[in-house]
Amino acid sequence: MTALVDEELLERAPHDTNLPRVTPHSTAEITSHLRTPRTLWCPGCSNGIVTRALIDAVLALDLDLDRTCLIAGIGCAGRITAYINWSTVHTAHGRALTLATGAKAADPGLNVIVVMGDGDCVAIGGNHLIHAARRNIDVTAIVFNNSIYGMTGGQMSPTTFEGDLSTTSAYGNVEQAFDICELARAAGATYVARGTSYNYLRLSQLIAGGIAHKGFSFIEAMVACPTYYGRQNGLSDPAEMLKVQKARAVPVAEFDRDGPRLRDRYPVGVLHHAERVEYTAAYADVVRRAGERSRG
Amino acid sequence: MPQPRRLVEGNEAVAEGAIAAGARFFAGYPITPSTEIAEVLSRRLPQVGGHFMQMEDEIASIGAVIGASLAGAKALTATSGPGFSLMQESIGYASMAQVPCVIVDVMRGGPSTGLPTEPSQGDVMQARWGTHGEHSIIALVPSSVAECFTLTVEAFNLSEAYRTPVIVLSDATIGHMREAVALPLPEELRVAARGEPDVAPEDYDEVMSTVDNIMPRPALGSRYAVHVTGLVYDRRRGGVPATGTPAVADGLGRYLREKIYHHQDAICRVEELEMEDAEVAILAYGSVARSAKAAMKWARRQGVKVGLVRPITLWPFPTEAVEHMGDQVRTIIVPEMNLRQIAWEVQAAVAGRARVVDHGRVDGKLIRPEEIAALIRDEFHYHHFEEMA
Repeated sequence: MTALVDEELLERAPHDTNLPRVTPHSTAEITSHLRTPRTLWCPGCSNGIVTRALIDAVLALDLDLDRTCLIAGIGCAGRITAYINWSTVHTAHGRALTLATGAKAADPGLNVIVVMGDGDCVAIGGNHLIHAARRNIDVTAIVFNNSIYGMTGGQMSPTTFEGDLSTTSAYGNVEQAFDICELARAAGATYVARGTSYNYLRLSQLIAGGIAHKGFSFIEAMVACPTYYGRQNGLSDPAEMLKVQKARAVPVAEFDRDGPRLRDRYPVGVLHHAERVEYTAAYADVVRRAGERSRG
Repeated sequence: MPQPRRLVEGNEAVAEGAIAAGARFFAGYPITPSTEIAEVLSRRLPQVGGHFMQMEDEIASIGAVIGASLAGAKALTATSGPGFSLMQESIGYASMAQVPCVIVDVMRGGPSTGLPTEPSQGDVMQARWGTHGEHSIIALVPSSVAECFTLTVEAFNLSEAYRTPVIVLSDATIGHMREAVALPLPEELRVAARGEPDVAPEDYDEVMSTVDNIMPRPALGSRYAVHVTGLVYDRRRGGVPATGTPAVADGLGRYLREKIYHHQDAICRVEELEMEDAEVAILAYGSVARSAKAAMKWARRQGVKVGLVRPITLWPFPTEAVEHMGDQVRTIIVPEMNLRQIAWEVQAAVAGRARVVDHGRVDGKLIRPEEIAALIRDEFHYHHFEEMA
């Protein structure tokens, strides 16, 4: 497993000791959490790496899997629900956070993890993201950001960089790409992190930190889509795409906020961590007060 | 001791009915003329340990309701036409994924923003066919404050029994009307429990549910590790997606229809008044049925044989009862606050055996008893009528 971890990067950005420690599990252990050994993800797609990082994170935290559910939207990332064998919900496009909100509010003891794609999360589901963050509901949201609509065959998304080619931006994208971590932070998320599929173990640790955090946690996982993003933008080799992630990722402590953003470099690590009253805890207090009032 | 009679608003009766039915989760977005349901439940749900949420829009509201139901809570939302339209995609999801939930649509004039404060019955076809794709749905139509309560309870029972979204089609008149009612006591109600499948988690499979024995949906966070999806799924393999197998898609599509239509007799409720010797019948539902009843009573006092059929279940359409009307009467008058939406269904069911006279309004005004009385007079032109008081 160590081959997957870039020792140099770990040295530059050592494990945050405030985050849970994650030890990679064996392939046999990981696959025992899968319904099927086959996925419809393309060769070279990073989604499998993030899936493994998620399973490792959940196992590291020793969560009760009977009390853990995975809720996802529509797109390549959303297919994770068909593969992981816990309680899983594959919702409608953009709506994963709304179902997660209802499930968590109805049963605050549930561990609720949400997986979305970039289009799923910040295009069609953008409104739900800002309101889930504003509520600070204790849900862990992981965005698989491949900068493209993969499932529908390579259309530009809100995270496609300016100038990038896609099947719907044949002359180059003229729209500015979203910095979704900044969006989540501004909307009120109390844990915001970004990791790459290149640095799998660090990503797993960031996910574990989000799950352990009480409040709305948001983790952006930068993933490579060689088939639809790469081929249209001169990056069809999956390994090269991972190396691009490595080159762009700058540990947050060293990141120059006034320098070039996103396309050229982006901060990785825990970008924001705050303590604020969590939604279901606040509502438990509403129930207590309403009960007192109705009694007398 | 029965509950004392008190003045209750229709929307309040829906809210109290939901609590009596065991609903412990509501998510909604303010919209006239349904807002009182949210307001009442925001106070009442936390008193009974439940949860009220005001969401960012109606799309989020139905999503949260589905999520709460999957987590084991009986859940509802309430809205009106524009919000009901926004919910349609996820109502289809609940239908496909077989998630019990209740959607209350307090109908107002449309389309679009339309007549926000005026009643309408313009959403009856949206209730049936609003979401995309082949699906079945159950819709109930209250025509009194008391029925706002009892049919909301019934909506929850049906949604649990058939693992389906159920729609309560109220309207601005019924929702805002106040009547003196004695709401039923808990012991007077039949309330379906959610329950768990009666097989061990390791043995459970979705395909064990049959049209005649629909198992409860296991809750997220129970020991049943289920997969829930809006894709076509294989009921024989725990519900994993199976979009490449036409036979599986066909089997699922037909099962989802049959689990409701096979029980049409049990689901469909119709109130029939003075139909034994009727020569002419009125078919009316919701608030219009109140005017229809007044017109029918007037006609009887005038000595002509008029009856009333009031669908309480609008979907599945009570086809058998309406077919029978075709053999009973020569004319069926269908007054409704839309233009022929249900009259078409009546025409299809009677298949030419009785004449169907439609009478529609889309001006946001109620259909008055006098309007229906005038249509009755046309059917008995040889009879001398006195003016309606």
